[in-house]
Amino acid sequence: MAKARTFQDLILTLQSYWAQHGCLILQPYDDQMGAGTFHPATTLRALGPRPWNAAFVQPSRRPSDGRYGENPNRLQHYYQYQVILKPAPANVQELYLGSIRAIGLDPDLHDIRFVEDDWESPTLGAAGLGWEVWCDGMEITQFTYFQQVGGIECDPVCAEITYGLERLAMYVQNVEFVYDLAFNEQFRYGEVFHQNEQEFSAYNFERADTEILFQHFKDAEKQCRELLTGKKLALPAYDQCIKASHAFNLLDARGVISVTERAAYIGRVRALAQACCEAWLETPMGAYTPRYPSKEVG
Amino acid sequence: MPDFLLELFSEEIPARMQVGAAKDLERLMVGMLTDRGFLFEGIKAFSGPRRLTLAIMGLPAEQKDVREELKGPRVDAPQAALDGFLKKTGLTKDQLKVETTPKGDVYMAVIERKGRAAPLVLGEIIPEVMGKLPWPKSMRWKAGDPVRWVRPLHSILATFDGEVVPCAFAGIKSGNTTRGHRFLSSGEIVVRRFEDYEAALKKAHVVLDAAERAEIISNDIKQKAFALGLEPIDDVGLLAEVSGLAEWPVVLIGTIQDEFMDVPAEILQTSMRTHQKYFSLRDPKTGKMANRFALVANMLTKDGGKEIVAGNERVLRARLSDAKFFWDEDRKHSLDSRVEKLRGIVFHAKLGTQFERVERIEKLAGDIAAKIGADVTKAKRAAHLAKADLTTGVVGEFPELQGVMGRYYAQHDKEDAAVADAVRDHYKPVGPSDAVPTEKVSIAVALADKLDALTGFFAAGEKPTGSGDPFALRRAALGIIRILLENKLRFPLAVSGDLLTFFADRLKVALKEKGVRHDLIDAVFSLGHEDDLVRLVARVEALQAFLKSDDGANLLAGYKRAANILKAEEKKDNKTFTSEVLEGHLSESSEKALFAALGKAKGAIKPALEKEDFAAAMQQMAALRTPVDAFFDGVKVNADEKQVRENRLNLLASLRATLHQVADFSRIEG
Repeated sequence: MAKARTFQDLILTLQSYWAQHGCLILQPYDDQMGAGTFHPATTLRALGPRPWNAAFVQPSRRPSDGRYGENPNRLQHYYQYQVILKPAPANVQELYLGSIRAIGLDPDLHDIRFVEDDWESPTLGAAGLGWEVWCDGMEITQFTYFQQVGGIECDPVCAEITYGLERLAMYVQNVEFVYDLAFNEQFRYGEVFHQNEQEFSAYNFERADTEILFQHFKDAEKQCRELLTGKKLALPAYDQCIKASHAFNLLDARGVISVTERAAYIGRVRALAQACCEAWLETPMGAYTPRYPSKEVG
Repeated sequence: MPDFLLELFSEEIPARMQVGAAKDLERLMVGMLTDRGFLFEGIKAFSGPRRLTLAIMGLPAEQKDVREELKGPRVDAPQAALDGFLKKTGLTKDQLKVETTPKGDVYMAVIERKGRAAPLVLGEIIPEVMGKLPWPKSMRWKAGDPVRWVRPLHSILATFDGEVVPCAFAGIKSGNTTRGHRFLSSGEIVVRRFEDYEAALKKAHVVLDAAERAEIISNDIKQKAFALGLEPIDDVGLLAEVSGLAEWPVVLIGTIQDEFMDVPAEILQTSMRTHQKYFSLRDPKTGKMANRFALVANMLTKDGGKEIVAGNERVLRARLSDAKFFWDEDRKHSLDSRVEKLRGIVFHAKLGTQFERVERIEKLAGDIAAKIGADVTKAKRAAHLAKADLTTGVVGEFPELQGVMGRYYAQHDKEDAAVADAVRDHYKPVGPSDAVPTEKVSIAVALADKLDALTGFFAAGEKPTGSGDPFALRRAALGIIRILLENKLRFPLAVSGDLLTFFADRLKVALKEKGVRHDLIDAVFSLGHEDDLVRLVARVEALQAFLKSDDGANLLAGYKRAANILKAEEKKDNKTFTSEVLEGHLSESSEKALFAALGKAKGAIKPALEKEDFAAAMQQMAALRTPVDAFFDGVKVNADEKQVRENRLNLLASLRATLHQVADFSRIEG
């Protein structure tokens, strides 16, 4: 149980741990999104009756969390490690604790706690019950039993485990400033991402062209709607939903969306997500009756 | 007699729900057992992070036998009626008796239910109780099964007299095993009875009883603090919460880095409590917050908690760096400059922005200040700045520090001390145990803040309902009442209609605790022209004292008698008696005496009330007792002669009117 000494060790350890426990190891989704939950491997696959076990790293962008590279732990771009297990196995907490051991946090030396924290994503119309997992008072993981996605009840219920990788690495490496993390033996996190944080903070807060972004939002919304009429294309439509959501996040960071408008925009993204989820349930991989030819079905 | 033990073991139950769930479990179980004729000697319910436990002592092994007779249809009723009855009772036709009743011959079913064994009954009840347990929030976890529990359920331990009570819930069969601490114990523990159970759990590093865990935590914190020459700052809510987060609580002490010690104590304390659930410690001599904190772990480690403390200190540093950053940033802009930003914060869709609210409060605070003798300029200034801290980073992070931070920033901006204090204290009192502001400037702003909210929300139709008060208007009204009464402030509320009634109701609640009768408040309030609470309460109190006296009680009885007679006669005559009493028509001495007494009292009560000498007003009323009693003893009101009768009724009406100067006596009970 050697400690995951570097940031990439941590990722590799989690990848191999969850691979050993039967997860598909997927790659990040190639769209800008606020959290791993937006990955279609979570949002869409959480719905419908098919079993699904997957794990992946997802770069997450939260434009308003930008701090120009000056805050010790707040980033507008960071990595989440996400595990989605459907149906949630009965021993999912034990499986999770196994992953904590694997990265070198010994529960016999630390104080690991499951503290109530129900999760909700108003933009995805998603909600679940669960905990934030504390290690010595530090939140290292979000653990959620999905109850609803896109306004649709999940059955079977899946477990979503989300590790904030930088934060976890800081804990494992005993580092107080995120940019001091050893990414590998040679590079520090700051060498990889500090400039990125500076430039994107400036972009998010000062330079992003709000007129273009408003247009992006409208275009994405329109295209999403179009893709869901006639012969529905659930996956491309959902891409547009992700894009609309990110455009909204940027507009929000630019401070051009008032409190009342904010709720309305979130509602518009949620409506798209909901429509995509409904369309997904009509597709072969989302549908109740498996139509995709596979061996089990014969 | 045998004992029953039930343990419902699940994944981590939210701390805030544990105690309530154990109570609900007890309540439901008791209800179902008594419904089925089971009485028992004792019951105990326990809750913790992963389990709810119920122990019932002295439960009979068998239910009592029950004999029940059910009346069925008449023998000549259609076949369908008979079939239905047979189906309902589960009997055959030849098992029924026929009984002759006044309505003819009817079938009777005699059902004798032999008392069943307790385990059978318990086995039926347990799943039903679990299905009914009202979690504030629960979840599904079984595919295709709508069953809910707070988090996934793992086992049901159910034993009666040492043996397993067979039952199942959510596909989980009952058994006689449980588990200990998640990390400090391994494997299953076999349990037969409560005594083994509690001891076995303790061995497995689980303290079953939340109260015991709280006591352990509280004592350990005190001791560890004492060893450092410190004492804990009491926090009952936090204690209850952390007792629900540890099965085996271990208190550890950590250190706050010096660089944070010049940040206001409230920020440190709030950050530690809300984010980290740490207890703050202080120096008992100076009362100043210490650079130490107490944390409650759920773990015993080989290194005595060294890693745990180090980890927690590291987390706290990150937390406090954030807080300190906000504190430093916030002071770069004056409160005054922040007021403009309130234009961007919506207070309520129907009531505009915080900026508009501040404008209203400012004006109102100025008016109130003038009336109560506070410095008008300072009151307006304080009101102007009162909400500006809502735009600061610290308040954004810790909304509960609104006001407290405003004062710090006002001090930093070199605002007048009374202004800074009012910025903080205008929210007061925030709860029934919180003190009311006592400085005049603070009072003016506090009243303005609450009055504006009340009049605004009432006008917008957002009144509190029986179930909900989302804008805390009851608290606001009660706050106003307490501020006025505790400061003995003479200040007309200048409200009417629904809002005045709302105040009256709040006032009753507030005064009830002080033993003031709510009917007396009604009696004074319903005169309709009293919106000076201090005067109102003085009148109510004088009235209550008067009614306690012999004269008062008798006068009230006399009033009731007069009022009843008037009511009946006014109905009969279909008119109200309000005319002048004609002295010439008075014949009996006792009615002449009452007339004279009333004339005297009426003349004296009014000026006494005007001078707010309520004791004198009551004395005047007391003087009426003897003539009233004598009147009823010596005079027949319903005299044969019409004029005499009407004159006497007018005399009683005059008594009623005289007393109604003080209060509406018809509202007084007793």
